[in-house]
Amino acid sequence: MDLLLEGIGHSYGAVRVLKDISFEIPSGQIVCLIGPSGCGKSTLLRFIGGLERPTEGQVLQVGQPPTDSLNPLTYIFQHFALLPWRTVAGNVELVLEDHGLPPRDAKAIVNDVLARTRLSEFHDALPKQLSGGMKQRVAIARALAVRPAAMLMDEPLSALDSQTRELLMDDLVGLWTRKPFTAVYVTHNLAEAVRLGHTIVVLSRRPGRIHEIVKIDVPLEERQLGHHELEAKQNQLWELMRDEAMAADLELVDG
Amino acid sequence: MDNTQALTKPVTFRGGGFETQSIRLVGPLVFAAVLALLELGTRTGFISSLTMPRPSAVFQTLLNLYQTGLLWTHLAPSIERLVVGAAIGASAGIVVGTIIGLFSLARAGLVPIVAAIFPIPKIALLPLFVIWFGIDEASKYALIAFGTFTPTVVATFGAVDNVDRTLIRMGQSFGLSWWSVVRKIVLPGAFPGVLSGLRISIAIAIILLVAAEMLGASHGVGAYILEAGSLYDLERLFAGVAILSMMGLIVSWAIGRIEQKFLAWRT
Repeated sequence: MDLLLEGIGHSYGAVRVLKDISFEIPSGQIVCLIGPSGCGKSTLLRFIGGLERPTEGQVLQVGQPPTDSLNPLTYIFQHFALLPWRTVAGNVELVLEDHGLPPRDAKAIVNDVLARTRLSEFHDALPKQLSGGMKQRVAIARALAVRPAAMLMDEPLSALDSQTRELLMDDLVGLWTRKPFTAVYVTHNLAEAVRLGHTIVVLSRRPGRIHEIVKIDVPLEERQLGHHELEAKQNQLWELMRDEAMAADLELVDG
Repeated sequence: MDNTQALTKPVTFRGGGFETQSIRLVGPLVFAAVLALLELGTRTGFISSLTMPRPSAVFQTLLNLYQTGLLWTHLAPSIERLVVGAAIGASAGIVVGTIIGLFSLARAGLVPIVAAIFPIPKIALLPLFVIWFGIDEASKYALIAFGTFTPTVVATFGAVDNVDRTLIRMGQSFGLSWWSVVRKIVLPGAFPGVLSGLRISIAIAIILLVAAEMLGASHGVGAYILEAGSLYDLERLFAGVAILSMMGLIVSWAIGRIEQKFLAWRT
């Protein structure tokens, strides 16, 4: 299943936040959305998953999602959004309960995704006992449990320290190489974008429009720290964004 | 060298303080000290027996009450009134509060009414309650229920409002049904707020117990206090007040236990 954005535009009252956004999210690829703060990238992500409606344009689903997918468009949030009163396993079960699966199947799915995110031994831990990185892994496990056709990640690593971020990026790369998934990955971190993105969509400052679409052909598993082609891409992205970021920084919040 | 040596000293410590620590025993000690002072004052005559009964005499009265079995005669109907009244008021309050928290229409319609009812002294409506519900137990239940209802409503819809919106959005993004979102995210998230609201509501229910027993009750802690008051029997009055205090302590302890058991997930 591919996703297609067609002429998305949005305004909050008189303030235009997005204009003329069209691009494609091909199946099995990671599309990164970057842009200066306040350019509407998170808003765009909410449109893609149907949590909000754009005032113009539409998001199209091309083709059927796989039949075994319980929740084709699945989010991973910046602040994890785990229920603090449920255990690690309980948080994963939450998203399966409404699908009327036989209890044994649900259990098997929970155990499988916890094993894939290396959380099996924390099955019964409460979120308050976990570090930030582990919380986000629980959120990733929860997303994997519903077998999404596309994962919508809203700055998933931004609330974590840089070491944890590196480790989790490795985890994501590992998950993808074992079983490629489709993802839209919103970030303001250029290093994350060049590490994970097959396509990088650069948005301009408000009203957000597509500034440039950059493709990176290096396979994900070959992308390492200090890879010269990636550094060149990262510099190219920074050149694209620098002026925009500076201008965005000087804007008043309520513009 | 000598000069730098003279100037070398540890930095002055400026942190500390402004932290809450749990210090045991001080609470009971203060309590005991106040009682001892009163006892001393009344025994030496520094405090006239007209203004304050002797704590030991109050204790003796309590003991007598217990030994004659009168304690239970008064306590049993009071506890029944409290439990029935508070249960009706609090459960209705939680239901209405949740509805207000979930539906904008209910909020627009009900919040002003609740705000208007809240400050009415329920005691002022005593005669009305007698007409509506009769002079029997029903009017006492109604008075206590009415008094617990409004604070519970306010606490509950506040608690529902305070549930983390990102969790609700998460639930929706995973395609949870409306009812699942309410049952598995909104209600558990509101539970801590509802419980701390109940602490206040039940304290109000105990206060209203005395008012309810003004409605022609022959037995009950409230009736006992009122009777002692009209006879200016300070020892019995204070014995009754002490019983109410203890009821308050027990309720507060019980809610504390519930919090410990069910809210262990809080950080």
